[in-house]
Amino acid sequence: KSKEAEIKRINKELANIRSKFKGDKALDGYSKKKYVCKLLFIFLLGHDIDFGHMEAVNLLSSNRYTEKQIGYLFISVLVNSNSELIRLINNAIKNDLASRNPTFMGLALHCIANVGSREMAEAFAGEVPKILVAGDTMDSVKQSAALCLLRLYRTSPDLVPMGDWTSRVVHLLNDQHLGVVTAATSLITTLAQKNPEEFKTSVSLAVSRLSRIVTSASTDLQDYTYYFVPAPWLSVKLLRLLQCYPPPDPAVRGRLTECLETILNKAQEPPKSKKVQHSNAKNAVLFEAISLIIHHDSEPNLLVRACNQLGQFLQHRETNLRYLALESMCTLASSEFSHEAVKTHIDTVINALKTERDVSVRQRAVDLLYAMCDRSNAQQIVAEMLSYLETADYSIREEIVLKVAILAEKYAVDYAWYVDTILNLIRIAGDYVSEEVWYRVIQIVINRDDVQGYAAKTVFEALQAPACHENLVKVGGYILGEFGNLIAGDPRSSPLVQFNLLHSKFHLCSVPTRALLLSTYIKFVNLFPEVKTTIQDVLRSDSQLKNADVELQQRAVEYLRLSTVASTDILATVLEEMPPFPERESSILAKLKKKKGPSTVTDLEDTKRERSVDVNGGPEPAPASTSAAVGPLPAFAFPNNPCISAGGFEFVCKNNGVLFENQLLQIGLKSEFRQNLGRMFIFYGNKTSTQFLNFTPTLISLHARASLCLFLTKPVDPTVDGGAQVQQVVNIECVSDFTEAPVLNIQFRYGGTFQNVSVQLPITLNKFFQPTEMSSQDFFQRWKQLSNPQQEVQNIFKAKHPMDTEITKAKIIGFGSALLEEVDPNPANFVGAGIIHTKTTQIGCLLRLEPNLQAQMYRLTLRTSKETVSQRLCELLSQQF
Amino acid sequence: MIKAILIFSNQGKPWLSKFYQPYSEDTQQQIIGETFHLVSKRDENVCNFLEGGLLIGRSDNKLIYRHYATLYFVFYVDSSESELGIFDLIQVFVETLDKCFENVCELDLIFHVDKVHNILVEMVMGGMVLETNMNEIVTQIDTQNKLEKSEADSQLSTCLHPQGGQSLKCEQCRKEYI
Repeated sequence: KSKEAEIKRINKELANIRSKFKGDKALDGYSKKKYVCKLLFIFLLGHDIDFGHMEAVNLLSSNRYTEKQIGYLFISVLVNSNSELIRLINNAIKNDLASRNPTFMGLALHCIANVGSREMAEAFAGEVPKILVAGDTMDSVKQSAALCLLRLYRTSPDLVPMGDWTSRVVHLLNDQHLGVVTAATSLITTLAQKNPEEFKTSVSLAVSRLSRIVTSASTDLQDYTYYFVPAPWLSVKLLRLLQCYPPPDPAVRGRLTECLETILNKAQEPPKSKKVQHSNAKNAVLFEAISLIIHHDSEPNLLVRACNQLGQFLQHRETNLRYLALESMCTLASSEFSHEAVKTHIDTVINALKTERDVSVRQRAVDLLYAMCDRSNAQQIVAEMLSYLETADYSIREEIVLKVAILAEKYAVDYAWYVDTILNLIRIAGDYVSEEVWYRVIQIVINRDDVQGYAAKTVFEALQAPACHENLVKVGGYILGEFGNLIAGDPRSSPLVQFNLLHSKFHLCSVPTRALLLSTYIKFVNLFPEVKTTIQDVLRSDSQLKNADVELQQRAVEYLRLSTVASTDILATVLEEMPPFPERESSILAKLKKKKGPSTVTDLEDTKRERSVDVNGGPEPAPASTSAAVGPLPAFAFPNNPCISAGGFEFVCKNNGVLFENQLLQIGLKSEFRQNLGRMFIFYGNKTSTQFLNFTPTLISLHARASLCLFLTKPVDPTVDGGAQVQQVVNIECVSDFTEAPVLNIQFRYGGTFQNVSVQLPITLNKFFQPTEMSSQDFFQRWKQLSNPQQEVQNIFKAKHPMDTEITKAKIIGFGSALLEEVDPNPANFVGAGIIHTKTTQIGCLLRLEPNLQAQMYRLTLRTSKETVSQRLCELLSQQF
Repeated sequence: MIKAILIFSNQGKPWLSKFYQPYSEDTQQQIIGETFHLVSKRDENVCNFLEGGLLIGRSDNKLIYRHYATLYFVFYVDSSESELGIFDLIQVFVETLDKCFENVCELDLIFHVDKVHNILVEMVMGGMVLETNMNEIVTQIDTQNKLEKSEADSQLSTCLHPQGGQSLKCEQCRKEYI
């Protein structure tokens, strides 16, 4: 049947149905159903349907199951969420929900979930939780209600208030019916991401449920056993839920570790069935278990086992498993426990890059190579990526170019190697090399004396190729203009040869490149007086002096004049070699030389040094891209431009505010702390009108041993629209006392450039203070008990702010301790007390602040049961006055 | 969560499309077209997971598909779903169709689009997996069929064809219905 015939037939049918609906004769339920069903089919063939909605609404209200069902089906397929019709069907849905007929209730819940609009949420967000937790609701209805609620929560979280029902939902994890448990787990996982406190109890329930599943014999769960694997989907869901929380308390953790070990063990057992479904289901659970292990990142033993397991999968004959293994290993590579173990698989991964037939698998292999790269294997990995680039699919070339450039720069030991690598990049995939990459190579060459001669020689040789990429001409022009003299001694690369070589490319280049070459020529005039006349002739030619392009014309005129009127001295001064790029950039170079771990781990010393500078500097909004417009080059935008903002003493006594701001990005904070736990909302605001791409915030903890546990509850969307704000939640747990604050690193692409911002998160020890009220007598008794010299830390310092009593009081309270009135015999003094909560211990703290108005000085005394705590608190509080 | 479920033939005819996120009808059609383009040119026995097409959003969406004889089953999911889990879910879906239609074939999907939707509704709701137990799903569908039949019987007692009353078994009734 041809397309025309189909359309003709459909139009005829539509006309027929329309006339039936419009006809005087009232249609009976059956015919209505028949025609609505036909409309549905026509719609699914891809044709527009603009009538029949009213008939569907009528069917919906019918008492007959078949009519009702077609009505619902039509509505949920055709009605998009903001249609007027929704109000019409709300009433019918209400009736069905109240009907206590499980089939009708099911239809109604499905419809709510499918449409899922705000109006729906307004009408039913109160009703659905009740159905969900009511004791007499049928299992199948409970399942639907759980997912329906989840849908409403997704569209309008504000309309679904947490309440009494939440604890009862958590207990659904114990339900007899595994279908109910699966649905409830999905619901809890989503809710827990936004309200971790509220659903904390789900962790232990989930662990025990999981434990019961993995230890059950394969026949125990009957229908929920899928090809001999007990309840695979539920296991996956439970493991996902556990990924919303940090590793649980020791008691529960032991049980969880047992489960994970069992799952890993089962992978080694011979399969119970030859069917592919059996191994698929088993592996689905296994991969989820591995991602939980990686997420917790706390049990070295499990991590290594996980890595070995993935290593086996890398060579599996199932493509899907190889794909997933590569993907999981990428995350595993960033864990310090398993980075080395991942590196042992390098040959397999390189082999995958060469032999996989499927581009999506090869792409995963590239990702993994990038993640596992460090100084020891950088040369090998970069070489492999370069050779892959020659045959790589066009869709992923640009990404590979960036990765190679980043790795080559990050792990360069030998700068000649770096220069070679970038020139190779340009040769192999010149079209995909962005501006930053070639700016960067020039910058490095200029700052490194030892590589300049080599670079000049190499670009000269590369330019010999009859067809070379324009990016190479740019790099070559710039480098020869600066350092051509270093190779001019060799007659094969005499000044005239160099000039002729560059000029032979001139006419094939775009305007910006030609402008750059003109600057090279004038530099040659200074470097090599013997070619001056040749160059003047070129500049004087009509094609330059009368060029249609203003920039080219201006350069030609000015350079020509300059070369004729200026004396050699003046020429030498004006056209002197480019100075090394200033301090700011050399700090990037310093970074480059440093040996670094994988991309997500920032060098400890590095951050420390930068911070010590910043504490005095205050919150200085660092420019997003440094402009160092020099010579013919446009403004530089460095691919790697870290800026750490102030150590944030201004956040010691408050929890909300703007943490960081520059021309592009604003970061706001809102945080709350209770006992040893805290939660921080981070708001990223895009101040520009352009999208940020690949927006990735990562948390870098500076502690070798984790005294502060942080985790991001969910990744943010990698695209941040212009003017938009996105939010991210960090959950915080203080394990023991600490001094270093964690660092938040944010990378994104803005326009064509990579931006990199690092800020310290103002999480300080005093945030875990609980105030304690006590009487004067108690206070001094405790004060005396803490008389050990190590327990006391005292600081005498000059007031930095006006000494106002009320402000001082507010600051002490903001600091977190209780302010004790009428305790100190001298009413001018301030006295405070509180307890620092950490997971391991609680530390009692007493403080006393004695102002001296005449001298404008303070004396601050801290006594706590732990020396390091006294010191840190004294340090923090001293900064405030 | 599951963003969309598509079934199309080897020729790219969409026999079923279900979106769990609002897209305009035009975008839906474009997504179907793009997906077909992505999937159909792939060899057999390559990986069943792909990065999503541009229209549905590349960054967080994965495309998981299976190819059975003349049909492609495609699920778009975000990163909160397990790839292998969904891969198996497609199998469950197909096995369920097989049970409900007794050896399902492409024509069943075309002529019983409502049934296919009903089965899907029992498995996936609002983008989340509702039920994975095949027997449970089949039981639900059977209950519905019985309800349907009892209603149809009472309604079609007026059927005048020789085999009257057996609505869907009666050739003429069926022709008219389709």
